[in-house]
Amino acid sequence: MLEVSARHEVAGFTLDVAFAAGGGVTALFGRSGAGKTTLAGIVSGLVRPKAGRVVLDGEVLLDTAAGTMVPARRRRIGVVFQEGRLFPHLSVRENLLFGRRFLPRRAPANMAAIVELLGIETLLDRRPRMLSGGEQQRIAIGRALLMEPRALILDEPLAAIDLPRRAEILPYLDRLKREMRVPILYISHAIEEIARLADTVVVLEAGRVAAAGPAAEIVAGLRLPSLAPRDEGVILVANVERTMPGRPTLLRHAAGELAVPPVDAPPGTPLRVRIHARDVALAVGEPGRLSFRNRLPAVVQEITRRGDGEVLVRLDAGGSAILSRVTEDAIDDLGIRVGDPVTALMKAVAVEGY
Amino acid sequence: MFGLTPAEWEAVELSLRVAGVATLASLPFGILAGLALARGEFFGRTALNVLVHLPLVLPPVVTGYILLILFGRRGPIGEFLESTFGIVLAFRWTGAALAAGVMGFPLMVRAIRLAIEAVDPRLEQAAGTLGAGRIATFFLVTLPLALPGVIAGAVLGFAKAIGEFGATITFVSNIPGETRTLPAEIYTLLQVPGGEGGAIRLTVIAIIVAVGALVASEILAQRARRRVAGL
Repeated sequence: MLEVSARHEVAGFTLDVAFAAGGGVTALFGRSGAGKTTLAGIVSGLVRPKAGRVVLDGEVLLDTAAGTMVPARRRRIGVVFQEGRLFPHLSVRENLLFGRRFLPRRAPANMAAIVELLGIETLLDRRPRMLSGGEQQRIAIGRALLMEPRALILDEPLAAIDLPRRAEILPYLDRLKREMRVPILYISHAIEEIARLADTVVVLEAGRVAAAGPAAEIVAGLRLPSLAPRDEGVILVANVERTMPGRPTLLRHAAGELAVPPVDAPPGTPLRVRIHARDVALAVGEPGRLSFRNRLPAVVQEITRRGDGEVLVRLDAGGSAILSRVTEDAIDDLGIRVGDPVTALMKAVAVEGY
Repeated sequence: MFGLTPAEWEAVELSLRVAGVATLASLPFGILAGLALARGEFFGRTALNVLVHLPLVLPPVVTGYILLILFGRRGPIGEFLESTFGIVLAFRWTGAALAAGVMGFPLMVRAIRLAIEAVDPRLEQAAGTLGAGRIATFFLVTLPLALPGVIAGAVLGFAKAIGEFGATITFVSNIPGETRTLPAEIYTLLQVPGGEGGAIRLTVIAIIVAVGALVASEILAQRARRRVAGL
């Protein structure tokens, strides 16, 4: 459990935040300049705020009121920086093992497991400068893990990597999230990364916490519509029911069965599914012969007209919220009202599970 | 080789020994001073900067005379060194090494300071988050990355020490076999009739050593730049 409160001023900018991060991934989300990286520095010990308190698992790391400041090197908080910051004069192996020599008691290194987790077996004897941005970032993650951190900070780990390469790293972050037991602070301005990885989201705007809560609610834009003005969406959690090579994976959700593009996971695995509001169509009555593979019965809960000819419809499907963005004309033609039963239609290819 | 007489060889050999000892003995201090100037924030930083560069701008004779006052057998430091450790610097080759080291110090520190300044402080921060303290960070990250620049600084200091004349002759005089280094030998040869031949031979050697040192320093500095850039 990581508890943070801090007030800090840098170059006319005021940061004033408080949040707590339990197990799993807590995302600090906000535009650049919102104070995310400063906040990460306060937690890792690289920045000393004007006033603040940082407590990790009951241990006070920072308490300006009491004059306590544990230096970064004694906090054992692993940090993965945006630019990797690997040591250019050391091999990958030496980079990975760098933090171990400073551990108070050296448990046998679980190096093989971490190397395997990150898929960097073949890189160990190379120099960082020879590697791609994605490979460097995986090594930076491994370096932070091998120091046996009590918490992990990932500060925009994908921001310096070109778009096609990001998809290569995300699966490793998924595995990391599943296998790590310590709090992970994931800093990003990309809603896709947050939707995929975060359990809890803290939204920062101009140095303040604008919203905080479970990822599903925040990403749906329910608490802060300005977050994703034209890209609302929800996250559903569904268990893998059946996978077949070369065929869509079938998931079981309380609302019904969901087909998603093939995912390599054994039956029973909980997967996240992100559904964009603009990908959800609505049908009244029996939909008939359509190519939509996903048809979830739902009840209309809320219709929000925005005055731009489009409406946002909030549905309840088996206890989960689903958002649908359609035109005002469509709603009027179909005569949809709050409380009506409808069928939410989604193409399998538009729904991604991870 | 080069048709040198025994006395001329003696001067070359002495010069190399004096410059070598001067460089090795001053290197730790040079690294400390370079680190302090590159990364330090402390009271007296400007004073240290001035002190380090003083031998570069003072007339060498003045530097030599100050050394004589301080390190002579009746000087405050010289007397202490002799009574405590039995070390005598005045009119000894060790004194020549001190003079050469002091004169080469500004060049050495400058190169080391630039090399340390070129090391990305964010790497040092990263080492900190991985548990490394200041000293460990210096030896594991900063110094290895700055090493080519440190070597370049040492080479420059060495080349300066080989050629040092004014401070040396003022502090430790011009004693054959003890303090008569290569430049002093050239000066001596020019004072006697028929000495030009020897002077020219030694001049050629001085040029070879100086050019060699500059080239070596340049190559190492270039490698330092590439290394720090992570190429």
